[in-house]
Amino acid sequence: MTSAEGHKSGGITKDLVIYVCLLALAGLQFVIAYQHIDASQMFWRMLTVACVEAGLAVLFFMHLWTEKRSLLWFVLIFTISVLLGMQYGWTDAFRMLVGHAPFSS
Amino acid sequence: MSQADLTMEGHTSSLMVGPAFSVPTKKLAMWLFIIADTMTFAACLVAYGFLRNGTPNWPRPFPGITNVALMTFILLTSSLTMLIGLRSARAGDKAGAFRWTMITAVLGIIFAVLHIREWMELIDKGMTLFKNPWGTGLFGASFFSITGLHLTHVTCGVIALLVVGVRYKGGRYNADDIEILGLYWHFVDLVWMFVVPLVYLLNLAH
Repeated sequence: MTSAEGHKSGGITKDLVIYVCLLALAGLQFVIAYQHIDASQMFWRMLTVACVEAGLAVLFFMHLWTEKRSLLWFVLIFTISVLLGMQYGWTDAFRMLVGHAPFSS
Repeated sequence: MSQADLTMEGHTSSLMVGPAFSVPTKKLAMWLFIIADTMTFAACLVAYGFLRNGTPNWPRPFPGITNVALMTFILLTSSLTMLIGLRSARAGDKAGAFRWTMITAVLGIIFAVLHIREWMELIDKGMTLFKNPWGTGLFGASFFSITGLHLTHVTCGVIALLVVGVRYKGGRYNADDIEILGLYWHFVDLVWMFVVPLVYLLNLAH
């Protein structure tokens, strides 16, 4: 095997490993769905697995890991800060559980 | 040397700046679009979670995981085939890159067909945007909105794959364009990784 072929097969091997990891994580989510745990625990476990899957996809499938670090930080900081900013309304959702959401009846 | 050359000499170096983050402009534009679209989907999912938390009679109508598991497998596999297509394009294998891009498009079409079939089954059971036989009508509105938005992205991605694949084969596009399209396709797959647990798995009937 030449060095170019070795590099190519090494690259595809890495892609295949990440692919198998993503399949396994997706399978793990399905396993969590059938566990006898309360909804809140199930939600947090599934969200954690989804974030790990997203991280693998962004870093390796979308090649953000091989890009310049400034791009990686730009994408991460802006995305995470806006996502965190969207989380302010949850206490209101639980309050509405008592008084019902509009059009819910 | 003319006066014009003298006056320009001191300014040209400041004009010769590299591209932002050392990536081509097209790729940066795609990343900015992906960040913006992430916010759109995040807002939809947060709104869905807000409604679900605030509604006591939220239905859990999905009897099994077979269809959604198959759809997830197909979409993940399409990301892999897209990567293989990009590697072929970078290696100069035009025929291979075109073949794998078309395979990715076919997998996207299969995903869309399975998704529409699932929609038709739910509609046959009486589910619409405003009501369903199991609980609050908000479920249909949020389900069809989120999955419909994702399906629209998949459909646009399939069309782009076909167009870019054919134009790449014709020599009009190059490997960079395949890579940029790949970014969009991986993003579509990434969104599905959040839609599946939050919309499907948390609403399993058990």
